[in-house]
Amino acid sequence: MIQQLFFAYFAFAIVIFSLLVVTRKNPVHSVLWMLLLFFHIASLYLFLNAEFMAAIQVIVYAGGILVLFLFVVMLMNIREELLVNKFIGAWPTGLTFAVGLLVVIIMSIKSFIAAPPGIYSIELIKQETHTKALGKLLYTEFLYPFEVTSLILLVAIIGAIVLAKRRLKP
Amino acid sequence: MVPLSWYMVLSMVVFAIGVFGFLSRKNVIIMFISIELMLNAVNINLISLSHYLQDMRGQILAFFVIAVAAAEAVIGLAIIIALFRNKATVHVDEVKEMQG
Amino acid sequence: MKLYLLIPFLPLAAFVINILLGKEVLRDKAHWPSVLAVVGSFIVTITSVLPQAMAGKVINEDLYTWMLSGTFNVTVGFLIDPLTAVMLVVVTTCASLIHIYSVGYMHGDKGYYRFFAYLSLFTFFMLMLVMGNNFMQLYFGWEGVGLCSYFLIGYYLNKKSAADAGKKAFIVNRFGDFGFGIGVFMIFLTFGTLHYVPVFANAAGIAGQTVNFLGWNVDLPTLIALLLFCGAIGKSAQIPLHVWLPDAMEGPTPVSALIHAATMVTAGIFMVARCNPIFNLSEVAMNTVAIVGAATSLFAATIAITQNDIKRIIAYSTCSHLGLMFLACGVGAYAAGIFHLYTHAFFKALLFLAAGSVIHAVHTNDIQEMGGLKKYMPITYAVFVIAALSAAGIPGFSGFFSKDEIIWSAYASHSSVGKLVWLMATAVAFLTPFYTFRLIFLTFHGKYRGGHHEESHGHGAHHKEHHFHESPKIMTIPLILLAVGAVAAGWVGIPPILGGGAHFAKFLEPVLGHPEFHGTHAEEFGVMGLSTTIALIGIALAAFFYLKRTDLPKKLAEKFIGIYKISYNKYYIDELYDFTIVKPTMWIADKVLVAITDAKIIEGVVNGVPGAIGKFSEKLRKIQTGLAQHYGIFMAAGAFFTIALVLLLQ
Repeated sequence: MIQQLFFAYFAFAIVIFSLLVVTRKNPVHSVLWMLLLFFHIASLYLFLNAEFMAAIQVIVYAGGILVLFLFVVMLMNIREELLVNKFIGAWPTGLTFAVGLLVVIIMSIKSFIAAPPGIYSIELIKQETHTKALGKLLYTEFLYPFEVTSLILLVAIIGAIVLAKRRLKP
Repeated sequence: MVPLSWYMVLSMVVFAIGVFGFLSRKNVIIMFISIELMLNAVNINLISLSHYLQDMRGQILAFFVIAVAAAEAVIGLAIIIALFRNKATVHVDEVKEMQG
Repeated sequence: MKLYLLIPFLPLAAFVINILLGKEVLRDKAHWPSVLAVVGSFIVTITSVLPQAMAGKVINEDLYTWMLSGTFNVTVGFLIDPLTAVMLVVVTTCASLIHIYSVGYMHGDKGYYRFFAYLSLFTFFMLMLVMGNNFMQLYFGWEGVGLCSYFLIGYYLNKKSAADAGKKAFIVNRFGDFGFGIGVFMIFLTFGTLHYVPVFANAAGIAGQTVNFLGWNVDLPTLIALLLFCGAIGKSAQIPLHVWLPDAMEGPTPVSALIHAATMVTAGIFMVARCNPIFNLSEVAMNTVAIVGAATSLFAATIAITQNDIKRIIAYSTCSHLGLMFLACGVGAYAAGIFHLYTHAFFKALLFLAAGSVIHAVHTNDIQEMGGLKKYMPITYAVFVIAALSAAGIPGFSGFFSKDEIIWSAYASHSSVGKLVWLMATAVAFLTPFYTFRLIFLTFHGKYRGGHHEESHGHGAHHKEHHFHESPKIMTIPLILLAVGAVAAGWVGIPPILGGGAHFAKFLEPVLGHPEFHGTHAEEFGVMGLSTTIALIGIALAAFFYLKRTDLPKKLAEKFIGIYKISYNKYYIDELYDFTIVKPTMWIADKVLVAITDAKIIEGVVNGVPGAIGKFSEKLRKIQTGLAQHYGIFMAAGAFFTIALVLLLQ
């Protein structure tokens, strides 16, 4: 019962924060609500016995990506932003399809069939610790995808520099 | 014990909100945030499934999603800066060179 | 490293260099890559390939799989046997000398690099043609030399007659190649392969088989042989497809010498000789080859008598000699045919190059406007006479041995067809010296007759008689070398009856077999004596007509105006083709294809479809708003409808 209550709180908070994120006019507010949202999602991961994921959710998303967003938002002219309409003209259509999509995917849950459970039972993870179990898998079975990910990040760094750099005056 | 379907519904609601944000907001930064929202929704789904199916691979996938999201955010924000420098705007409805 | 690969690929490399760099970089040095490449091929042939072939070594190698489709397997491969070796010697020798000659002849021409590029490309294709070990490669070279021939006939781009002659050569050859192509298909259908060795090894197995072709049951070997012979008729300018060769003389003279005398036109003889196991199976095909050859030989010789264009006379002479070669193949004496091909290459290339030297000096092709050139161009005159004696078959010169071999083979084959073609060949043996020496006497002897021409056309004084001069050394040295060939090349095949060893025929025996002839020595001497005697009579008659009684030819022409006109107008074959083939084709092209098919059907479709698409897209492009989110909405809608559809269908 207490678990359900906690979940209800977090779920409610996440939905509310999500709505606030997409509806605030001031982007700074959006980003700050996003920060709160990420913390709640990280807490949700703790319920799911995924401590390491909770940690990187906070470190990478809240600590890294959101700060990046905040930097960029600060570059914009926020005062001007507050004067114009925040939605595009076709927003009712967007809303319709978003709601429609929600309805159909929720309806599709009932055809979900669970696979047979794997070997990583809660006891095993607790005994081995979550980070160690994840690390073992990541550096053995998923070594190549992991290396490819590092390459993607490298490309992203170079790409960001190339795109954001001022053109040199000839 | 919280049923799996609750997590799924939560993830879908967040995803739909992300879709709405992406389709409706004028500000390109908020559009990017909406994309992050959708990615997070997917992550919730992946990790909850991983927990209930007792299979770590879901979390590995979520891990990669976070890495790719970071890369995508960096590139996206760089594009926004380039856009802002060239057009002095972050409103997508003012950028329509591709109009037929 | 396979050394023989250098032979075809050096000229190809020269072509690439010339076509890429010739115009801008090499300019008037464009002959260097081509000349060096072809001389390199010549050296490789003489030092490496020929000794190997002499030692009896046959190379047959597949180097590269060209096409592979089911059982259809075509490779790029090389077969070097005695026949190929002979052809390589002929092609590389003539090509080398003619390349060198061209340096002088084409000097200062605007398309200098182009000329040498095409000449190299031609050499490459010709060498691929003779070196291939399968029919596909033969066909590749065959079409390739045809293409280069087209380029080089139409070399003087701005001259309409040259462009027309190029087109004519190409189109006339299409008729022959059509049959040749079908012949190659038939070979593949019959034998399941296109490689020479298995095809010829199994050829005996198809003797007597029949096949349904266009609804008739025909003898299979006859069909294949005749289809292949179709290609040979086109390429080697035999009746009825001979019309392109005289017109091909619009090209530069070295081209006429190389392509339209020494090498390309002999490809037909080479092919027939190469396919001798197939031809041997069919008496009908053999007789056809012999009769077509003999008829062309006689026919072309009678035309050559009345022509006035120096190059056309030699072109008809080429036709005539090619006919003789086919005649030899037709009576089974392939070795004699190839022998004549080999000697003919030297004396005919020499005739052309010497004619080129004359044209270079007098700037006209009309022998009625020449005369008396002997004292100005002694070297040209000397080599011209040597070539003419060789062509006429005067004993001691190379042409004699090969021509005599053919005439003797025809006589000794002891069939009715053999006797018939022997008679025709003997008539040719009379006509050849007559028209060749008519050419010489009109060109070099007597008085210069070109004066009035200059006045009437207002040419400058630089064409005056006293300004004629011998061609430069770069042209005369190849002439002298070829003259040596025209005299001595035949000495490798002196028949046993004259104390020789007939080495040439023995060399080719592994490939071409040995024809069975029956005849006594007395008969052989008799035939030889007869043909020699009438050749001498021919020369004497020419001398009588054109040196002593110069008024006689005109009188005779007036008296027998009908015959003269027929010969002068080449039996009206061109007019006949124009009336029966060209005009109807043009009519169909103009009235049906252009007016109906092209204007109505094709243009209707071609313009209608884009028009409709244009109108539709005019509407469709409105969807393209340029707003990223509108596209996003479409994506979301797509996802929504897809999932909804899946749910509904469950």
